[in-house]
Amino acid sequence: MTGEDAELQQTPLHDLHVALGGKMVAFAGYAMPVNYRDGIIKEHRHTRARAGLFDVSHMGQVRLHGAAAAEAMESLVPVDVTGLAANHQRYALFTSRTGGILDDLMITNAGDHLFLVVNAACKDQDFALLHDGLAGRCEVEELPGRALLAIQGPGASAALAALAPEAAALVFMTAARLDIDGADCFVTRSGYTGEDGFEISVPADRAEALARRLLEQDGVAPAGLGARDTLRLEAGLCLYGNDIDAGTTPVEASLVWALSKARRAEGARPGGFPGDEVILRQLAEGVARRRVGLRPEGRAPVREGAELIDEAERVVGKVTSGLFGPTVGGPVAMGYVETAHAKPGTALRALVRGRPQPLEVVRLPFVQQRYYRG
Amino acid sequence: MSEIKFSEDHEWILIEDGIGTVGITDYAQEQLGDVVFVELPEAGKTLAKGDEAAVVESVKAASELYAPVSGEVTEANDALAEDPAQVNSDPLGGGWFFKIEIAEPSELDGLMDEAAYKAYVEGLG
Repeated sequence: MTGEDAELQQTPLHDLHVALGGKMVAFAGYAMPVNYRDGIIKEHRHTRARAGLFDVSHMGQVRLHGAAAAEAMESLVPVDVTGLAANHQRYALFTSRTGGILDDLMITNAGDHLFLVVNAACKDQDFALLHDGLAGRCEVEELPGRALLAIQGPGASAALAALAPEAAALVFMTAARLDIDGADCFVTRSGYTGEDGFEISVPADRAEALARRLLEQDGVAPAGLGARDTLRLEAGLCLYGNDIDAGTTPVEASLVWALSKARRAEGARPGGFPGDEVILRQLAEGVARRRVGLRPEGRAPVREGAELIDEAERVVGKVTSGLFGPTVGGPVAMGYVETAHAKPGTALRALVRGRPQPLEVVRLPFVQQRYYRG
Repeated sequence: MSEIKFSEDHEWILIEDGIGTVGITDYAQEQLGDVVFVELPEAGKTLAKGDEAAVVESVKAASELYAPVSGEVTEANDALAEDPAQVNSDPLGGGWFFKIEIAEPSELDGLMDEAAYKAYVEGLG
């Protein structure tokens, strides 16, 4: 262990990662497994074919208590929270006064409270935002004592149902509080791989036992952050800090689907979230650049930061995520391009080590999402 | 007579009759993870020791391979274009990158032999 590693936080599954041969790297202040013995490509393929078990305990978990919690939360996100039915989950964005994205998150109506999951790297900022922004209107309870596991893939449902049969009855973006081997868990049928699957919030002291039980199930193998990244990019999902940040708005980021109808100009509760003027204006008038999928020709991956040029060799955009997609079997990327070049089928070139590499603007996702909708 | 030497950048060079075959070590491929693309120098290219000679891309990142000695490239391993995973499965064999005509044999003295390299890697923890 170097001095740098010693400062990293560890999740409740740290010993298990090490025992499973996890290659530990620094991520958002945590020591996390980028992959295990099988490597990223095998873990990715296994998740798409069977089931991958991911530790996402570095992410922030929060409960909001109080009758006014949903209404208060609507002052921070351009999303319909008050209309979210019990045991239903929704994707949301914290926006800034200028319409930028401060973080993306999941909100679940857990019946007597709201349950939030935020990104690890934004945790401190988000907790401060919640405490300040919701002060006096609801109680904000951070949950450092809970771990978060994600089991993803076509075999996820059978594997989890072997321990908690009720899980199989959930559909995509719904939730249930389940007793799993005596542990008080909060389970949502969701994830960030494009596959069917679940995220399981579990008390930290029960996390390793639960992970081991899941790994005993047929077809379940551990998968690291590397596979999580390749899976989410093939599924067309944004990585905060790469594809979305405070300098990109939801409209530029092609996340218009996440802006609830109720919060739009023609909706029941228009505006009332940070940056509403900018975002609603962009919805009406359009934007100068947009996030798109990019499919490079050949085998060489086009990485984040690569500039995109048009036929006249003018820079018209930039890659924000790029890697080798194991299911696609070639390089995949996404990035921002000027709206005139955002149409699927548009031919552009990326500068890779100074040389132009042809690529095409394509519709996302690269790999069809396979969520379970019942 | 053949001899194998190693650099601190985790490259190996197998020397036979003044020609060096260059690749990356098992330690290096292990650190990189799954290799998905390799960009190789063309035959005829002249490299000085330390020049960027090739690029090796894993799923998540690109890394450079530096020339361990000076000389002219005589051949590149074109098989890696179709099957870059050989760098992982057979780093000291089928996963070789290129061959170079060694211009300054004295440069080899600055490289490690197998025992020294083994100790070097163990020292990295």
